This record gives sequence, structure tokens and C-alpha cells, in this order.
Amino acid sequence: METLSGNLLLITFFMYLLATIFFTVSVTGKKWRNKQGDMSGNRWGTFGFITTIIGFVSAVGYFVTRWMAAGHAPVSNMFEYTTFLGIALSFAFIILYGIYKTNVLGMFTMPIVMLIIAYASVFPSEVEPLIPALQSNWLKIHVTTTAIGQGILSIGFAAGLIYLVRTLDFTARGKKVFWLEFIMYSLVSVVSFVLIRYIFAIANYEASFQYVDENGNDAEMTYNLPPILGPNEGELLTDGAMQPLLSMPAWLRSDDANTVLWSLLAGIVLYALLRLILRKPIGGAIQPLLKGIHPETVDEVSYRAIAIGFPVFTLGGLIFAMIWAQIAWTRFWGWDPKEVWALVTFLFYAAYLHLRLSKGWHGERSAWLCVIGFAIIMFNLIFVNLVIAGLHSYA
Amino acid sequence: MNEIKCDCGHVNPYGTQLCQNCGKPLEEKGKNASMVDMRYEGAARRSQTYNKSMVDKIWNFFSSVKVGIWIIVLTLVASSIGTIFPQEMYIPNTVDPAEHYKDEYGIAGQIYYTLGFHNLYGSWWYMALIASLGISLIIASIDRVVPLYKALKNQRVPRNEAFLKRQRLFGHTTVRDADNTLDKAKAVLKGKRYNIREENGSLLAEKGRFSRWGPYVNHLGLVIFLTGAMLRFFPGMYVDDIVWVREGETEVIPGTDGQYFIENERFIVELYDENDETFQEALERAGGPTVKNFQTDAVLYKRADTSVVGTTPELEEVKEEDIRVNHPLRFDNFALYQLDYKLNELNTMTFSLDNRETGESIDTIEIDLFDPKDEYDLGDGYKVVIDSYFPNFEFNDDGEPSTTSSIPDNPAFIFQMFSPEHPDGEYSFVGIQRNEDVFKENDYQMSFRDVNTKNVTALTVRKDLTLPFIIVGASIFMIGLIQGSYWSHRRIWIKQKDKDVWIAGHANKHWESLRKDFQSLSDETGLVMPEDKLKQKNDKESEGKG
Repeated sequence: METLSGNLLLITFFMYLLATIFFTVSVTGKKWRNKQGDMSGNRWGTFGFITTIIGFVSAVGYFVTRWMAAGHAPVSNMFEYTTFLGIALSFAFIILYGIYKTNVLGMFTMPIVMLIIAYASVFPSEVEPLIPALQSNWLKIHVTTTAIGQGILSIGFAAGLIYLVRTLDFTARGKKVFWLEFIMYSLVSVVSFVLIRYIFAIANYEASFQYVDENGNDAEMTYNLPPILGPNEGELLTDGAMQPLLSMPAWLRSDDANTVLWSLLAGIVLYALLRLILRKPIGGAIQPLLKGIHPETVDEVSYRAIAIGFPVFTLGGLIFAMIWAQIAWTRFWGWDPKEVWALVTFLFYAAYLHLRLSKGWHGERSAWLCVIGFAIIMFNLIFVNLVIAGLHSYA
Repeated sequence: MNEIKCDCGHVNPYGTQLCQNCGKPLEEKGKNASMVDMRYEGAARRSQTYNKSMVDKIWNFFSSVKVGIWIIVLTLVASSIGTIFPQEMYIPNTVDPAEHYKDEYGIAGQIYYTLGFHNLYGSWWYMALIASLGISLIIASIDRVVPLYKALKNQRVPRNEAFLKRQRLFGHTTVRDADNTLDKAKAVLKGKRYNIREENGSLLAEKGRFSRWGPYVNHLGLVIFLTGAMLRFFPGMYVDDIVWVREGETEVIPGTDGQYFIENERFIVELYDENDETFQEALERAGGPTVKNFQTDAVLYKRADTSVVGTTPELEEVKEEDIRVNHPLRFDNFALYQLDYKLNELNTMTFSLDNRETGESIDTIEIDLFDPKDEYDLGDGYKVVIDSYFPNFEFNDDGEPSTTSSIPDNPAFIFQMFSPEHPDGEYSFVGIQRNEDVFKENDYQMSFRDVNTKNVTALTVRKDLTLPFIIVGASIFMIGLIQGSYWSHRRIWIKQKDKDVWIAGHANKHWESLRKDFQSLSDETGLVMPEDKLKQKNDKESEGKG
């Protein structure tokens, strides 16, 4: 059952890859199909959408079979949650495509979905038993609702990104272009993170350390990437592995810090390579493909996504979370870092809605806000779980 | 304060921007603009109208959305700062916070502590921020909802052309058969579930007006929620206590005025089976046992009405229930939660009085470590007296035996052993891993025989009378949020004069849906599809750029 589940997820991944290609062709293909009129490019969009649906059905298959294998909803650790977030994002895309039929949204969303699923796959993926705190029906209710909410909000980011790439002036080198390229670089870094992890996993790389942990005890830690950053008072146990250049303080997870550094460095290399090939900013290279896109429509898609996602996220991430916290942790609110960051997400989008409705922050400013919102969601998923320890750090 | 008279003859209150009757812009600014500002229907709002007295100034400050957004952003930033290092409640309570933050996080930790960020969410300024958020919610809502409600309730069907022309969606068509067109339009819009009103050749189709109240409903919910959160600080509203109960024992539940008691029949910790097929891999990677369940088999008792406080209570059983994580025991506004435990706490110890020379055992005594007897009479002139008892033994700074607590983690005794040979008694000191004669070579000794242990459970005692407020507030908030987010308020005006038909539309959001409605209207009736002024404006701007 577990194997079947894994295969279904693999199918989903490749379906989404295919969908990305179809959507890209549907957006860029309009030019050379111009003679047949405007509608002709849309057939590829329909193919893309059908492929997305097939991929999504396969993802549901993954979810159900894994649930059957584990005996509990597969949303209980980093692998399962992150995968589910990717699936939720594709689900949100299906909803918004249904309303607006915008192929370009697929061209941007599906690669992000693939990236999230690929990121999830670097975490240990075996089926884990539930610790007592997680044994509750609220696990599935709270976590799935939150993930779907975050998925819909992320569509706001994808649409915002399209808006920025479509409208920014890439001939002028300013702050805006810099930050847009920074987003591109961040996405490239995630790609390189996944690539590096797989390359060294195939090479079976390992480096073990004896070190002193935050409680002053001796402990062991195994790196899967060459250690640039070593643990606190670390002593290398593996022969032939490289000696760390820097030693990290005890309170920091040095193996994670090392992975982050590797991703950022590899990201720089990959990004530089892309710039060399394209000979212009990545955003600037994509821009011509988006000529036919109406910025207002994309702006509305982005706002619509947030208007749909915000109540769902609030319900899952705050209300259901509070109900469960009252049952499991004796109080509905306890200022745990994850709780606080859910509140921060909520406040951020609340500010977004007020700015948009009352202060008229449409278009570009609204798009930048969507980018920041997505950054907060990712921060809460990655940084708060892995670095800031708290009650939620179960993975 | 002058009232404003519109050309249509209607007298509007001071501060009105769009005539309440016909919608004509009343201020110069509005007359010159290509689009009217439709927010709050151009009605006079207190905050935009008066700014004289102190009350006006405070009112205007808190009713401003700009101020509201600043409060939200400040709360956001402050809240996130609180997660940089753990809050005081999450650090071990055995350490001095000042030292802890300095030792663990260096100079940054020291600054964090000095600024009071270790207890950020309980600080006066954070509370003040939340309070001002509440005030802003109340004032900003009242300032807007009242005029908006009046304006929408009293809105008239015929509108001035100046009003229609300045809508974002506006179109003009010359038709042959005006009546017929209007009837068709009516049918189309009815099919789209618009409410339709007609007056003198004008038509107003409206739907989803209730979504306009969404924001005010959710603000009301938030205010109730925050009120509930504030009530926490009133005495009697909130109980947060812990009760430790040993197996087989019954303890009074703190906070219940001695009315309720809890018995711990058994406490267990269950682990996952390491050979479990499904979880084998994960369990191996975890490297140690993984807990499956913490459980207290508990019995809840209530003091019988007849018994008097202070005397040994007569108890009536209320219910028997397992308390597990995620399964608290609830009664009468209280809940007991599985919080902590201690396995195998020493409970009784058994010793025998032995004759050293013959090895003969005279008798055994069982000592309850929580309630040791003063003496144990063994008959025939044999007797054991507990001279001193140290439940958690250590030598103090003066080198004398003492105890650090009353919990028997390391019990030690000084026994006085009486026998026919020694009617004055011999002294011996007995502890874990030690058995010493106090004064001289004794003829008798106390030999350790057996020990009985018990598990102890710790339960959180919680009463929270603010919960009804929280639940009602959160529910209203959620209803308002959905109401405002998933529906939009759309209006379509159609005005006909002879062969001229003007159509205009307004939506408070999701214009694409309104545009689709217009599209079907246009398809069915032949009326021209209205142009989107905002789109035109933006297109012009981007052309100018390119």
C-alpha cells in the first residue's frame, strides 16, 4: 500500500510537469498560431487543465492509500504536510482556473506546486506512528483546512508574480527589478536545494560528528552534505570527509544551517548560469511571453484568491487550531511560535485587505504584498518548524 | 453646519458627497472627476464631517482605516519579535531568566531580556496595542455602518445621469424599442437572481447587499472575542492549577472549594510495538521507544451534601473515566488534562529486624514512606522506633543529615532497635545503599527486604469561564468573514429616456463577475457592453509609458 501510494505521488509529479509544459505552450504559443485567431492557443490550456486534473486525482489516490496504510490522515510530519500543501495548492489552482480560465496562472502555479512536492520529498517519508498529542480527529480537520487555506493564498502569490513580471520595466535597473530577481533567485535556490540533496544522496555521502549539544551533553550528528558549517565543538568521525570551515553555536541546528548555506550557494551558481544564458534578468526574459495578459485580470485573480483563501486559512489556522489547542494543550492560545506566526499571517492578510479596500492598493503594490504574504507562509512552514523549536516541532 | 440642497430638490445633511436621492455629485471634486467615489455611497460620515472637540479628534483618530492598518502592522511586528527567543513561560522554571537568556543567547539574549521581550505578550504595551485594536474596530465600524445602512436602505431607483456616467462600468445605447429592451433586461437580470425595482422608466437591479455587512459583523465578532480574552483577568473567571495524584489515592481538586475529588486508580505509559510492520522503519530511525499513550484511569467524586467542610469528607462517585492526552475529563465548567507523570515513585519499604550473630529474622515492618509510624511493636520485647526520617536524603552544608523535600526520592532512616538484650535500643542509619551503626557494633540490624512503587500522574485543572465569549465571538467573526468574502454586492442601473438607454454598474468587489452579468445582458438585449473606465485608464497609462 505504501509503495502504491509513493507511485501515485510520482505520477502526480510528472502529470504536473506535463501540465506546466502544456500551459507554457498555451501562453507562448499564441504568437505562432496567430493566424487562426485568438482562441487557438487555448486548446493547449485545456490539455494542461486536463493533465492537472489527472495529476490531482492521482494525488488524492496517494492521500487515500497512505491514509489506509498508516491508519491516520497523512498530515502528521514535514514530508506529509509539505506534500499536502503542494496538493492543496494545485486544488486551489483548479478552483481559480474554473472561475477565470487563465492559462498563464497554470504556467506559474504548477512549477511552484512541483517545487513544493520536490521539497517535501527530502524529508524522511516513512509512515510514522502518532504521538499522543496528535491522536485526535482535529489533526485532520485543523491541518487540512490550514493547508488548503495556505494553498489558496499562495495562488495570490502566483498571480501577483505574474502581475509583476508582466508590468515591471526591466530595462531600468532599480529596486523593483532587484527584488523581483531576488524572488526568482529564491525559487532557483529551492530547485538547487532539491538537486543537491539528490546528487549527494545518490553518491551516498555521509559525514558524522561528535559534538556538544545545547544542554551540554555529547551527541552525534550526521550530515548528508559536505560540512561547510560544523556543529558546536564538533569532532569529525567519518574518514575522508571534509573538515568544516566554521563551527556553529549549540542552539542552532548546524546540519540545517549547512544545508541552507549549500542551497544558497548552489542557487547563486544556477542563477548566474541562467543570467549568462538569457543575457537579461529572468523576469525580463519571461516578460515578452506575457504580452497578451491583461494585468487587471491577473490582479483580480490574485485578489480573488486571497478573498477566498483568507477565511479558509482563518478557520483552519486559527479557529480550528484554537479548538484543538483547548482540547490537547488545555488552553486555546499559548503564544507558541507556530501559533504566533499563524496570527502574523492572519494579521498580514487582514492588513492587505484593508489596504486594498480602503486605501486603493491595487495592481503593483497589491502584488508585492502577495509576495510578502507567501514568504510569511513559507517562513512559518520551514523556519518556524525547523529552527524555532516549539510545541509544533514534531518533525 | 449647512445642509446641502441638490438640484433635484433633495436636502442632504452636511458632509454628503453624493445626493441621497439622485446620486449627483455634490462637491466640486466629485463633479470634475471621471468616476464617483462610491465608498459608503458618498454618505456623510461623522469622522469626515466634524473635527472640533476632543471627542471628535479621538473619534476621527480611531475611525481612520490608516490608523487601523498601523495598529495591525505594529501588532504583527511585535508578535513576531516575541518568537525570536522562547518566551519566559517556555524556558525551564528552575533557572533564573536573567541568567538563562544571557547564557543561552549571548548579548542578543541579554538585550531581549532587558527590553522585557521575554514576556512580550503580557507586557503593558502589547496589551495597549490590542486594546487600541479593539477601540479602532468599534469606532471605525460605527462610523461607517450607520451611514452606509441608511444610504443603501433609502436608495432611490432613478439616478442622475451625472451619477451613472461616472460609474466605472457605463454604457449608452440608442434603441428602437425601449420598452421591449427594458422588459428583456428585466427578465435576464431576474434569471440571474437580481432584486429588481422599477420607477419611471428607471430600473435598479441589486444582489448580494447583505455581503456589505460582512466586515461589520466580523468586527463585532472580534470585539466580543477580545472582550472575552480580557475577562480572563477578572478573578474567578480562570483557573490554572496542577494536581499530582498517586495511584490508589484521592486528592481534592484545587479551585473547586473542596467540592470535587479525583482518584487515580492507575496510571500507564504505553509504547509502540517496535516490531509493528507499518511503523518499523520510522521507529528504528527514531532510535528509542515512541510513546503511544499516557493514561490515568480516574474516578471523580463530589463531596456529599451532608458532610461538613473540614471533617473527613463523605464522597459520592460522579463518574469514572480515562484521562488521556486529547481526552480531558470534564465536569461542571472544569476540565482535567493529562499533563505530566512520574513512574515508579517509592511508596513503601519493607525491612526486617535481624539478629546479626544468628542471622535469625525477628519480624518485618512495612513503612509507608508518606506516613511512617513512630514505632512498630514486634512483641516479645522487640520494637523498632523511627528516630529520624529523611524522605529525600542529603548531608546539608553543616555535614548533618537532612532532607531536601518531602517526596521520597532517596529515603533514609535512623532506626532505634529495641530487643530484650538492648532495652535502651541500638541506633542504626539506613538509606539506599547504606546501612551504618551509629554508635557502636550493634547486635541487631535492619535489613532491606522489599520496596513498593507507585506511578504518579499530574493533571492540569482548568476552568475558563471566558470560553462562551470566545466561542460566540469567533463564530460571529467567521460568519461575517464568509459573508463579506464569498458574496459581492452588485448593482446595475438602467435608465431610459425615449430611445436612449443608459446602463451603469457597480460592484464592491469581484468586478469580473459583474462584467459577466453585463455580458449576458448585452447578448440578450442588444444593449452595448459597458466600458470599464479603470481598464481604459490603465491601458492609456501603460501606452504612455511604452
